[in-house]
Amino acid sequence: MKRILRTPLGATAAALLLAVLALAVVAPLVWTDRANAIDTAQIMHGSSAAHWLGTDALGRDVFLRVLVATGISVWLALLATGLGVLIGLLLGAAPVVLGRRAGRFVTAVVNIAVAFPGLLLALFFAVVFGVGATGALLAIGLAVAPGFARLTQTLVAKVSGLDYVAAARVAGVGRIRLLFRHILPNVAEPLVVNAAIAAGSALLAFAGLSFLGLGVQPPSYDWGRLLGEGLQAIYLRPAAALGPGAAVVIAGLAFHLFGEALAKGFTRHTPPVRVRRAEPVPAVGATNDDAVLVVEDLRVGFPGVTPVRGVSFSVGKGEAVGIVGESGSGKSLTALAVARLIEHPGRVEARQLTFQGRDLRNGNARRHRHLLGTSLAMVFQDPMTSFNPAMRIGRQLAEVAEQHQGSTRKQAWQRAVDRLRAVRIPDPHRRARQYPHEFSGGMRQRAMIGMGLMGKPALIIADEPTTALDVTVQRQVLRLLASIREDDGAALLLISHDIAIVSQVCDRVLVMYAGRIVEDLPADELYTAARHPYTRALLAAVPDMTTDRDRPLAVIPGRPVDAAQAPPGCAYAPRCPLADKRCIDTAPPLRDGDGRRVACWNADVPVPVGEQA
Amino acid sequence: MTELAFEDVTVRFGTRRHATTAVDGVSLTVPHGKIVGLVGESGSGKSTLARAAVGLVPVDSGRIVLNGHPIDPRTHNVQMVFQDPQSALDPRMSIGESVAEAIPRRARNRRARVAEVLDLVDLPVDCGRLYPAQLSGGQRQRVGLARALAGEPEVVIADEITSALDVSIQGTVLNLVRDLQRRMRLSLLFISHDLAVVRYVSDFIAVMYRGRIVEHGPAGQVLTDPQDPYTRELLAAAADPAGQLDLGENGDTTPAHR
Repeated sequence: MKRILRTPLGATAAALLLAVLALAVVAPLVWTDRANAIDTAQIMHGSSAAHWLGTDALGRDVFLRVLVATGISVWLALLATGLGVLIGLLLGAAPVVLGRRAGRFVTAVVNIAVAFPGLLLALFFAVVFGVGATGALLAIGLAVAPGFARLTQTLVAKVSGLDYVAAARVAGVGRIRLLFRHILPNVAEPLVVNAAIAAGSALLAFAGLSFLGLGVQPPSYDWGRLLGEGLQAIYLRPAAALGPGAAVVIAGLAFHLFGEALAKGFTRHTPPVRVRRAEPVPAVGATNDDAVLVVEDLRVGFPGVTPVRGVSFSVGKGEAVGIVGESGSGKSLTALAVARLIEHPGRVEARQLTFQGRDLRNGNARRHRHLLGTSLAMVFQDPMTSFNPAMRIGRQLAEVAEQHQGSTRKQAWQRAVDRLRAVRIPDPHRRARQYPHEFSGGMRQRAMIGMGLMGKPALIIADEPTTALDVTVQRQVLRLLASIREDDGAALLLISHDIAIVSQVCDRVLVMYAGRIVEDLPADELYTAARHPYTRALLAAVPDMTTDRDRPLAVIPGRPVDAAQAPPGCAYAPRCPLADKRCIDTAPPLRDGDGRRVACWNADVPVPVGEQA
Repeated sequence: MTELAFEDVTVRFGTRRHATTAVDGVSLTVPHGKIVGLVGESGSGKSTLARAAVGLVPVDSGRIVLNGHPIDPRTHNVQMVFQDPQSALDPRMSIGESVAEAIPRRARNRRARVAEVLDLVDLPVDCGRLYPAQLSGGQRQRVGLARALAGEPEVVIADEITSALDVSIQGTVLNLVRDLQRRMRLSLLFISHDLAVVRYVSDFIAVMYRGRIVEHGPAGQVLTDPQDPYTRELLAAAADPAGQLDLGENGDTTPAHR
């Protein structure tokens, strides 16, 4: 709430609303008698110093009447909204309480009611309930209800699908209690916002009905009626019509703006953008002729955090390099940055980022796209979302050839079928004409790899390519990647959280922690000669098929560090049994030696792994 | 002695003509004080089986019995720990409230009981005042365990409780599960897609495939002398995740009985 009031919009809206509400309470108490005082000497006068908005047919002061009408106008609007919200909540929450069958009936009723336009409903009810304030109140309340019920239903359905509701049910929490303790508090925010906006709309609707003569009846009066009376002589005395009109607008605005401000306040605010000046770019260092990809001091930043904090590595021709790390270590962002897939507001900086000898940091974006489109293949974690569900698989593959190789439609299609065959998809002619949903997960992942093979990739970047797949299917995909490397000599950058996979598929393994590479070593030495305490602890913490079942697993105390709170020293120090003062104060550099790199002041010191638990 | 038994349980989803059978005639026993590991791929029906045991999914035929009697959902004798600790705790309720909610209504001195179960899962008692967002994934999963234990269950079902956790955290939760089970002689149905994890915690192993249990037996026996071809394939894949494998005729996994 405080946060809402601190914004200019929030403060204005709150002040305005408070003023309207205060007037609604005070005005009828103070000015009713004077507003009703008939003065036959001053009938139908224009605005003057004594009567700011003039007088009406009985010589009553219009300004005072507008003020006094605030009470009934706001009160009716709030009452109607309350009624609508109450009915809406009851209908919307009913499916949770009533159970499946009755719930479905209620849902159907609401769906039908929603289909009617609100104003039509209001007019219909006004006829049913009779002309007058009560009829209008019920009419507007009931017109608000279906929309609200629908909103409640949707929100409630979303929350009741969550595990904590299931957990509460398993724990024996009853339906009513479930509704009040778990469901409603978690859907309250959007409902409150909507109620505030609905109140504004109800106010306008009331004014409309009264204006038409279907709302408040004489002798009582609200803004709608005053507006109606004033309008009859608008050319002679415009103030008498404009006054109540302005009142309606101001009050309606107060409610709507307040609703908007609430909505803004409830959505989580993002930290302000902190753009760091790009570092001066020194001359490109010695380029490794053999390397397909050279990355030096790569940084990926988002507003407020820098999840990748200076990563340097290279991938040689035909080499398979694996990046392992836990969630938040920056391994996927590193891969995305290389493929130039980091989108706004993300920012990529690097001292060097060279793919196939071409500097990717600057230059012609279209030429880069062409280079990446033909020489870089990207395989994502979820093969379901990486294909367009409405396009045939073959078409999606063919598109690559049409875009980047200038093939004709027919050539491209033939190439697509051929590539599907290359990734061992059986009956590729038939399969190419199918849609993604007709493929199993493993097949889709293979088709995705096939898409990467439409060009002649020098590098395949695979970001957790098997995480969404079952173990038996995973082998096929990994095997396929290996055979493509053999056949086409493509290099592979494999990102995975699974050390076992990386160690088997790759030649070299990079271990990442909190946005930095902490170790770089040949894969076959991972289990025997890892030097960084994090690498060693990670290897010990994952059970495999030979783990001793009678001993507790080695564990790493603490939790992975958040990139936003990376300490000045070694990010792993708080969890490391070897950490000393130097580790906490100064980040260890990634030191080269003998084709291996490690970033640790205490590398090689034996770690008491088993005792950490 | 408590024993959870699934007797020829079938669960179907959808209306009659478009129904899919998620669990197909499964019979499985979780003996007293033992951990039964249930492995299977996604879509094999293992989570549906778990949800059926705690009454979240209706059973079409067969029955699920505890000590020979149908489970009364009001007694909370069977409790469940969920996969994703992020979504399994109400973000607006403190840890203490979440745990207290699972304590049976008859219980007295609820506050002491909350402290007791939090202590069981190695969480400090002050933790009760915190909200889920203030805890790490591993800590949240401990709260999930604490909540399940607060119901004084006879059987606990753990549904993929480590798969949403980071590898460095997974070990702590597995150690805790084993430690708790040994200290409290809990009966536990431990569900996972990861055979290495199941192997590490289980006394018995059941392998589920396409809604059926294809193999079931003492862990040692299933691991060393698998009878079903699918089990053999799983074992091979777990021992050698990237190993050589012939691609079958239809280009998909082809266990002999598919």
